[in-house]
Amino acid sequence: MNKNKSLKKILLTIVMALFGILFMSPFIWMISASMKPEADVFLFPIQWVPKHWHMVENYKTVWTTKFPLYYWNSIKVSVITTALSVLFSSMAAYAFSKIKFRGSAVIFIIVLIIYMIPSQAILVPQFLLLRWMGLYDTHVGLILLGSFSVLGTFMLRQFYLGIHDEYMESARIDGAGHARIFWTICTPLVRPAIATYAILRFIWTWNDYQNPLIFLRTKTLYTLPLGIHSFADLNGEFYSLIMAASVSAILPLLIIFIIGQKQVIEGISMGGVKG
Amino acid sequence: MANHIQSQASSIPTTKVRPKRSNQQFRENLAGYAFASPMLLGLGVFTLFPIIASFFLSFTNWNFVAGFSKVKFLGLDNFTKLVHDSVFLLSLKNNMILMIVVPLTLIISLVLAVLIDKQVYFKGFFKIVYFIPYISSVVAVAIVFQVLFHPTYGPINQTLMDWGFANPPKWLADPDYALYCVMGLMVWINIGYNMIIFMAGLQSIPKDLYEAADIDGASKMKQFISITIPLLSPTTFFLLVSGIIGTFKAFDVISVLTNGGPANSTNVVVFRLYETAFINLQSGYASAMAIVLLILVLLITLIQWFGQRKWVNY
Repeated sequence: MNKNKSLKKILLTIVMALFGILFMSPFIWMISASMKPEADVFLFPIQWVPKHWHMVENYKTVWTTKFPLYYWNSIKVSVITTALSVLFSSMAAYAFSKIKFRGSAVIFIIVLIIYMIPSQAILVPQFLLLRWMGLYDTHVGLILLGSFSVLGTFMLRQFYLGIHDEYMESARIDGAGHARIFWTICTPLVRPAIATYAILRFIWTWNDYQNPLIFLRTKTLYTLPLGIHSFADLNGEFYSLIMAASVSAILPLLIIFIIGQKQVIEGISMGGVKG
Repeated sequence: MANHIQSQASSIPTTKVRPKRSNQQFRENLAGYAFASPMLLGLGVFTLFPIIASFFLSFTNWNFVAGFSKVKFLGLDNFTKLVHDSVFLLSLKNNMILMIVVPLTLIISLVLAVLIDKQVYFKGFFKIVYFIPYISSVVAVAIVFQVLFHPTYGPINQTLMDWGFANPPKWLADPDYALYCVMGLMVWINIGYNMIIFMAGLQSIPKDLYEAADIDGASKMKQFISITIPLLSPTTFFLLVSGIIGTFKAFDVISVLTNGGPANSTNVVVFRLYETAFINLQSGYASAMAIVLLILVLLITLIQWFGQRKWVNY
């Protein structure tokens, strides 16, 4: 019986692995194409392992275009957006969970309603607003648009709610105000949740295509998704290079995800978090 | 999520101001506003104000190029125009078709979640494999799909021709197939996310239910149908609703993969809105589309809030 069961499990693992390979085949194709000379990309049957290696040349070519600039822009925008978003979200989350201020219930419900507004419904006025503020076509504008996340506030609020008030009471007796309680007592206790949210926010900002497309115009300000798209438009015939650029763009996320996978997966399963 | 949001909202203690402690309460209020103010200010400026402006603009004929002095109030003209706009109606219809993505994704990811949860080795590894498309840049992934579906050089059609199909479909270049390709990509991207949430839902089903069913001699299939599926219904319902809202927000997939084409066969509301506002520069008309989008999303959310009680088994 037991032997039968583990045999079944092994068989299912093999079936799932085969399905997994099929599922991953677009990625495998991407990586493989990025390492081939252009002439071999569309050879049929597909050469999953390149016969002629062209990896160094492809990546070198990509990295001598504007690509490093796009990379730097993405790092800059994603890091600052993530930092600001975490800061603002955790402050608001603390206010809505640990401070009993007047009107907090009503304000929180308004915030909830804001959460339901699809981002595309406000693109036009946002565009006007940014132009009026002189922030259109700047990274500052892009960063500000991404820094106020209702989602982060909800997520972190759940965790601040989980902190027992006794922790805070003793600090309050010692004369600590909310600023100190927030910074030295509560926030360290919710650090895992903050890490989860930070990783997710970073991934979403890094991959964001819609906002840069609408709020940036100058090529030297482009972030990676926009950069790759314009790169693909320019180099329409050179798929090996486009794939090398795509692999380069996905790689840091993959590393972050594999390092923080436990936290990302837990964070997502916690309450159905979606960007 | 709405359920959990609801419980969050109701768990806020209502503040009572006692005269004796009014000074302390005043300081508490001040601290509360101070902590919440960066978020509230940002939301007010970048979300609340724009949504009000959207309502206003949707009744005008204004465009980016003309100044504010050229704003003309049109009443409901934009909305009556929408009803007769064949491209917009087509994009609305395409959005309805896109909803099929959601049940498809749910079925595949549920099966994967159940299998990976109990029936295989290397659970952690499989979780990563199926989750990778979700964290990857849609732009990069869409470019790969463009290549894979290429009518002549693409590996898919090369394989089909090799198997003897003389005239395989032109996929993204064919108005009859393009939307299905978009749907395929959307399913592929969302499987991992749905699977992870299903797995979390599976954890919350008490193990003794299965043990009891085992003793009663119920087959695995029977257990899946009469224990797993009903007890997962809150999760399924949440994924269904958020998935449907997600299909209405799908912009980047369309924009990169097909640009709404060929012949508008993959145009959807959000992409039409973008084209109208930022390519044709009709801000007022685009704002009317934004209001329609907003109403659609709010309707689905309302269905979620009320439907939850009726259709979900706890």
